[in-house]
This record gives sequence, structure tokens and C-alpha cells, in this order.
Amino acid sequence: MKLKKIALTSAAFALASVMHTTALAETTIKALFMSQAAYSETDVKSMTAEFEKSNPDVKVNLEFVPYDALHSKIVAASGAGSQGYDVVLFDVIWPAEFAKRGFLLDVSDRIPSDYSEQIFQGAWTTVEYAGKRYGMPWILDTKYLFYNKEMLSKAGIATPPKTWDEMLQQSKIIKDKGIVKYPMVWNWSQSEGMICDYTTIMSSMGGDFFIDGKPAFNTGGAVQALNYMRGSLDDGLSNPSSREFSEEDVRRVFSNGEAAFALNWTYMNALANDPKESKIAGKVGIAPAPGTAGISTASAVNGSMGLGIPSGSAHPDEAWAFISHLTKQGTQEQFSKLSLPIWKKSYTVPAVTNGQQDLVAAAKESIAVMYPRPLVKSYAEISDILQLRIHEVLLGKNDAQSALDAASKKVARIR
Amino acid sequence: MRSLIGAKQQKWLLLAPALTVLALISFVPFVKTLWLSFSDSEISALPTVVSFIGLENYIYALTDPDFILSLGRTLYFTFVSVGAEVILGVAVALLLNQQFRGRTLMRALIILPWAIPTIVNAVTWRLIYNPDYGALNSLLMQLGIIGEYRSWLGDPDVAMNMVILADVWKNFPLVAYVALAALQTVPMDMLNAARLEGANAWRRFYKITLPWIIGPLLVIIVLRSVEAFRVFDIIYVMTRGGPANQTKTASFYVYQEYFSYLRSGSGSSYAIIVALISIILIYGYYKAAKRQNGSL
Repeated sequence: MKLKKIALTSAAFALASVMHTTALAETTIKALFMSQAAYSETDVKSMTAEFEKSNPDVKVNLEFVPYDALHSKIVAASGAGSQGYDVVLFDVIWPAEFAKRGFLLDVSDRIPSDYSEQIFQGAWTTVEYAGKRYGMPWILDTKYLFYNKEMLSKAGIATPPKTWDEMLQQSKIIKDKGIVKYPMVWNWSQSEGMICDYTTIMSSMGGDFFIDGKPAFNTGGAVQALNYMRGSLDDGLSNPSSREFSEEDVRRVFSNGEAAFALNWTYMNALANDPKESKIAGKVGIAPAPGTAGISTASAVNGSMGLGIPSGSAHPDEAWAFISHLTKQGTQEQFSKLSLPIWKKSYTVPAVTNGQQDLVAAAKESIAVMYPRPLVKSYAEISDILQLRIHEVLLGKNDAQSALDAASKKVARIR
Repeated sequence: MRSLIGAKQQKWLLLAPALTVLALISFVPFVKTLWLSFSDSEISALPTVVSFIGLENYIYALTDPDFILSLGRTLYFTFVSVGAEVILGVAVALLLNQQFRGRTLMRALIILPWAIPTIVNAVTWRLIYNPDYGALNSLLMQLGIIGEYRSWLGDPDVAMNMVILADVWKNFPLVAYVALAALQTVPMDMLNAARLEGANAWRRFYKITLPWIIGPLLVIIVLRSVEAFRVFDIIYVMTRGGPANQTKTASFYVYQEYFSYLRSGSGSSYAIIVALISIILIYGYYKAAKRQNGSL
């Protein structure tokens, strides 16, 4: 019951901070963000400073946690009612659960109707459940294929792979020529990140998680995708340490020039090109994740995130003002190096495209094919089940078909 | 002169404040958890109807083969890590009980691992085990034990043992300190007499020292076992239960049911199962202690 204790202490902290600030004649709102991928802490702090300047009567307390702690934080704080958060960052896979349990306010009426057309549909998916909107999309993100231009040209490869099979062939050439030991690197630790990679490959091979509400991930393209992943490890083309890597590990390996291909979120583009963070600055290529011959030309997973107001918030109006500021076109265009805007129009604005034409070009293609993970209330459980079985296969402890069959059986047991 | 209340009542009166505090912080949450474990309660911000569903949660938990496997893994973790901590702890205590220069300094230094917070310890060991630049790989390479850098926490066959190593390093000082305190009560004349009679070091330890310190040792074994059985933090930081669930212990299922799947009823039943097994462990140790010592 350690967590209960943590919840109690955080509630006590919340109480203390509220009592402290009521002494000042201004409203203080509490906002929860993550410090991992997408916008950096510095970015969020600058955006907030700007908001506070134009709204002198509102003060924002920022809190940053790792992605893995975000869900628990939101849930635990819901018990704190008005002492909890006023603005929370949430992942595309949670709105179903949060809506059904009443954790987030329905903000459909607060969103101007002309926004619907101006923002990408993939971004809206992030905040929608059963026809209602539970926040504003903020981070429009997917995994791109990053490649090391220098290694490709050394291997005599003119263009990056258009299909997953081509990626295997090119990796084999690179490996055989001794350019790099393991051409591909992935974040295949037993985590949500691995599911994102799997979703990307699976969608391009024509697979589905569910068909008519019944598990379909143990058939067709979904099984092929897992076999593909396992095969790349068996052939020594994927770095075996991928099986314990996070997104940050992938970035480190790729930026050290120890891989030719890597799948990662938008933020790696700016960081792998930053000489302070990377040994391969200027040699980084970016393209949409490959497709599958005869089925798809590119692939992508919807990895977006939105900002919402917890149902217990005592200051929903101030919270909405803050969310509006963070998500408005101007703010998003100003901070577009680590995360691209949700606004369609932004993709032709020089402030966004300058210096990252490749990224914007890839984004236009990827955003159009973003594939969602299952939008169901019990997603967290489904994901855990799949993570275990997929990881078993990647570790050579099980074969793809029986592992996914086992996952399907377990999913049927969910209450 | 007769007192207003009898000795018996006085005893309870004096105990009352302590019992009240104990009831509030321990008994009330326990009863609440017990009640939840028989209900379909879920975490929700909306008003919900909670109903009694009997043993359904327990049946669900105990028919989950993955949870049963995790119970086995947790027992493995408990026995191996506590066993190693006791052997290492007693050995170190025996050393520190000898006369040598710098003994006081050594006695102070040995507590360091235990003084480090679990989270810091776990992060440090994760760095040591890092497949690309970890100190362990570097050390074993230089010693010629391994031919190339390898993965430790990513290998399902060794990950659990690597976590155990980190746990043993952190917790053996506690056992060493308790053993050292106990060793100082062992009568020297008995040991000297045994030496005169020609008993070797091992016999002297086994026949005299060990029986003398077994009582305090059993107390620390019980404490460490209960702690080890509900292990969560070190694993959460080092492996998150991976690779392929090979380090996923029973407490992980409590956390998962309660905070990831938000089923507070079901999560409570997992917690009760873990608590029950801990109680069985404690009972087993006390039985053993009684047989050893006659008192405790």
C-alpha cells in the first residue's frame, strides 16, 4: 500500500501549495507535463512564461514527470478533487478510459467550430471518444524512419528504403560491407514504445488489432509483422540490445553513429542534428516509415498527445485559457523544432519549414497514414498482454503464431 | 489501599492510546482492503455502485497462470536474495568481529550500501549492467571471463539473478550488523575451551557461535523475507518487470490491477493474497525458531 501513501503525500502537498497561494490575490493553476520526447521542459516553461505575461492574474505551477508516471499521476490526483491538477497532458490511448471513468471534462463546447477543419483528423483522434472531445490535441507525433546518409552512400545506396523488405536488403548490404555491426536499432524493451513500432509495421502489412471487436492480431499481417521483427534480430541486422532499449537509447545509439536506420519520434530530428548531442549532425536523413509492396506506400502510428482539464478542477476557465495558449497556431509554430503543429496551415509557414524541410515533407506523408492503437477502455491491459507475448518472441522464447494466439486468449479473459 | 481500577483494566487503559493509533493506521485500512477485495469496486470519478461479488476476484487472480508464475518468481527472489544476504552478512560479521587495524572504519563503511536509497541503488546497478558501457562488462572483459559485451538485464535467463545481486549488495549490511551485535555476546571462554579440545574453526562456528546467534538472525531473516516478498521498487526501476515478465513479481500485479487497470476491488484481492503468503512465511520461520531455540 506504498502507493496509497504516495497518493496521500501528494494530496497533502497539493493542499499545502493551494493554501500557500490563496494568500496572493491571483489564481494558481497546476499543470502536469512529461519530460520525455516532444517539447522539452525549457520549451514548456517559455510557453508558460508567455502565457503568464499576457494573463497576469493567472499563475501556472508546472510539474514534469516521465511518461510512465503520467497515467498513475492523473488517476491518483483525480481522488484529490479540486486539490488535484487543472491541466493534464494525456496520451492518445487513454481518452476512452478517462471518458468512461469521468476523469476529464467534456470540452466539446469550448472548441470553436472552425477548428475542426483547420486541425488534422489524426490530431482530433487523440482527444475524442464517442463523439465528444475531452481536450485539445497538442503534440502531433508519429515514428519516422531516420537514416544515416553517410552510411547509405558508403554502401552505394541512393535512396532510403520504401518498403520493409528493402530495409532488410539495404541493412544486409551495410552489414556485409562492414560499415556498421547492427544497421537497425529499435526501442523494443517491454514497453508501450515497442507496441508503437509493432503497430507501425503491422499496419503497413495489412494487419489489424481487432475486427468487429474480436482479436485479429493473431492473423495475417499482424503475425507477419512480428515475424519480420524477429527475423531482423535472427539475421543480426537489428541490434540485439534493442530488446532493452527505450526511445532515448535509440537516439543515443543512432546519434553515436552506431546504426544506419532507426525508428523514432519527431524530437530525434532536431537532437540528432545538434552537434552538442550527436556525432552525426548534418548526416541525418528522415523519411516516413516504410510500406509493404502491394499494400501500403508508407506507415505510421498515431502517437499524439492532448491537453485536458481533470473533472475535479476548480479553475476550468483559467485552465482552458492556458490550453488555448499552448495549442494555438502561433505558439506551436514558434516551438516547432521538437514537435510539429496540429494545424494544417502551419506546414507551409517558413517558421516551421525552415531548416527542417525533410521533416515537414515526411510529416505530410506520415500524418495521412497514422494508424491508431485500439481505442477501447481496457487498452492498458491489452497493451500489457501484447507487450509480454511480443517480447517473448523477440527474445526467442516463443514463435509469433503461438505467442499471439496466447495473447488473444488472454485478451478474451479481460473483465 | 485499593486502586480505583484493577491491574487488568489498568493494563488496557495504558495500552489504549497505542492501540487506537495502531487501529487507525493499520487495522482500518486492512479491513477496507479486505472488503474491497470481495467487491467489484473500480477507480472512477463518476458515482458508481459497488457490489459484493464474493470470491470472484480471488478466483480470477488464482486462475491466471501468469500471476501464479509471478508468485513462484517472487518466492525465488525471496529465498535466493535473503539466503545470500544471510551467508554474506554472517561472513562479513565474523570478519569484523576479529581484531585488526582499521576495524572501526571498516565497521562504519560497511553500512554504506544499506544507507543508500533503493532507487539510487537500482539506478546505479542499472548503469553497471548497461550492455554498451556498463562497468560489469568492462570488468569481465578485462579479466578475460567474457569475450564480448553482453546484455544482462535484457537476457530473460539471467535478469532476475542480476536484480537479486543488486538487492543483496544493498541489504547484506543490515544482516551483518545484527550478526555482529549478536557475535559480541558469544562467550569467549567457551570458544577457547573448544579450541583447547582441538575443535577446528568450522566446528567452533557450527557448534557454538551459530546456535548463539541464531535467535537474532531469525528475527532479521523474517524481516528481510517479508520485505523481499513484497519487492517492487528495485524492480520497477531496474527492469519494469521485463524482459518478457521474467522479473515481474507479485507486487507488480497489485500495482497493475489497481493503478493501471483501475480495478480497486480486484487489486485489493491481489494485495491480500500477497499479504497472506507473507504471513505464512513468517509463521514458518517462527516455527523453525521455536524448534531451534525453545524461546523467541
